[in-house]
Amino acid sequence: MTLVLGIETSCDETSAAVVADGREVRANLIASQIDLHARYGGVVPEIASRAHIERLDPLICEALRLAGAAPEELDAIAVTARPGLIGALLIGVTAAKTLAWAWGKPLIDVNHIHAHATSAALGIAAGSGGGADGASIWPAAALVVSGGHTSLFLVRDPCDIVMLGRTRDDAAGEAFDKVAMILGLGFPGGPIVDRRAKSGDATRVSLPRTMLGPDSLDFSFSGLKTAVLYHVHGAGRTRGGLERLSPGDIDDLCASFSAAVVDVLVAKTLKAAERCGVRTVVVGGGVAANSMLRARLSETCVRRGLTLHPTPMQFCTDNAAMIAAQGHHQFVRGRLADLSLAAEAS
Amino acid sequence: MGAFCRVMKETTATITFESTSPDETRRLGRVLGSVAKPGDVFALIGTLGAGKTELVKGVASGLGVADEGGVNSPTFVLVNEYDGRLHVYHVDAYRLGGTTELKAIGFEEICQSGGLVVIEWADRVGSLIPSRALWTAIEVTGDRTRRMVLTGPFDDVKRIESALSISAE
Repeated sequence: MTLVLGIETSCDETSAAVVADGREVRANLIASQIDLHARYGGVVPEIASRAHIERLDPLICEALRLAGAAPEELDAIAVTARPGLIGALLIGVTAAKTLAWAWGKPLIDVNHIHAHATSAALGIAAGSGGGADGASIWPAAALVVSGGHTSLFLVRDPCDIVMLGRTRDDAAGEAFDKVAMILGLGFPGGPIVDRRAKSGDATRVSLPRTMLGPDSLDFSFSGLKTAVLYHVHGAGRTRGGLERLSPGDIDDLCASFSAAVVDVLVAKTLKAAERCGVRTVVVGGGVAANSMLRARLSETCVRRGLTLHPTPMQFCTDNAAMIAAQGHHQFVRGRLADLSLAAEAS
Repeated sequence: MGAFCRVMKETTATITFESTSPDETRRLGRVLGSVAKPGDVFALIGTLGAGKTELVKGVASGLGVADEGGVNSPTFVLVNEYDGRLHVYHVDAYRLGGTTELKAIGFEEICQSGGLVVIEWADRVGSLIPSRALWTAIEVTGDRTRRMVLTGPFDDVKRIESALSISAE
């Protein structure tokens, strides 16, 4: 058995986790989801390196305590080194290097988006037909879809990941948030639009599906966002139209918008699987929690005879369990970093 | 008073660019990228869908950023970085609560780094934008048309004006 400590500070979330064998999550703590202030004090802006500094040490201690793991029992320390906000990444990387040096443990540098791409393996229970290390779900076409990223990968295995496409403008999750803003629905937009869409008619409003040509696996959601804006206010107008919409109109628009995003995501993911000749599809990232995306991907994969592994809901948003899991795979292949590891923005 | 006004006129200047398509918006961006100097700050204002990210794609192209496909919206990640003739920091203040958060992500440091800083939604954090910045306000004038009003240091704006007339030929 290998036991890996994972550390994630690439953007807003501070997270620490302990994962056994790249699959069994012993502890996965995300600062925004637990009340550290009550125990450790301190109030800082959410988006700040200082927030990561204040939260990270107590989170690591708490994760080790919950996992019942002593530092000497760890096999390696895995940390998100890219991509992300440089000042935020530096906090996690510095902490990981310090602990690796102090405890004499190997250091593993993990690409945040690759960890999302392989996070579906966290849902594969031991003995469920997967190999001993859960490796049998690979090769797969992986859709990573979140507020900051929308990308397609071929994951031959967790140490052999090739990018097939990415967004050229807005990420899908960003489009959800901005459409929620246009419709005056508040933040975070993804869950709100998803909920409103459930009572709406997805065929009511005709919205564009931007495919960027028959062969492209890239995405573009900027035009869809603008189409929703013009639908609300009139072509070439950016305000004044929201009052004319009834709650039912907004439900229909949420459903029509979600369907437009989901149609593109599903079509390109299936195209990626077909092009790579793989029979398995995985999906990770915050938007992977969207109910319409999950349902449509599931239906389509069944129809095409493909196996779908969606990432378990609790590992869709940014978390350190996926960093530890990805770190495990790199560790067992001997892909180690050294103490000169530097954080990289992109 | 009169003298003061004349000094104001000579130190800052404004030009207006009427864009008829996203391609035209990128052309303006390419011109801005081609004249950018180390330490420049481009502050962008415009509503959702105005074409701010489209403009930045042009800026990156004008700077010779090789991975142009990697130029996308930094709304969630807050800062994207690109390598071209200058290192580009592509910042987005949309999700920020105000100047405290912009400071917290290191905005003042990157403005001193000698690269080019392009910041979307700059009006949300106006007090932190350096006085040397070139401001571009994008107004939606129709389905595909946009009016872009550029205001900044006199010499910078004049250089952009002449580069624009060359690029239009």
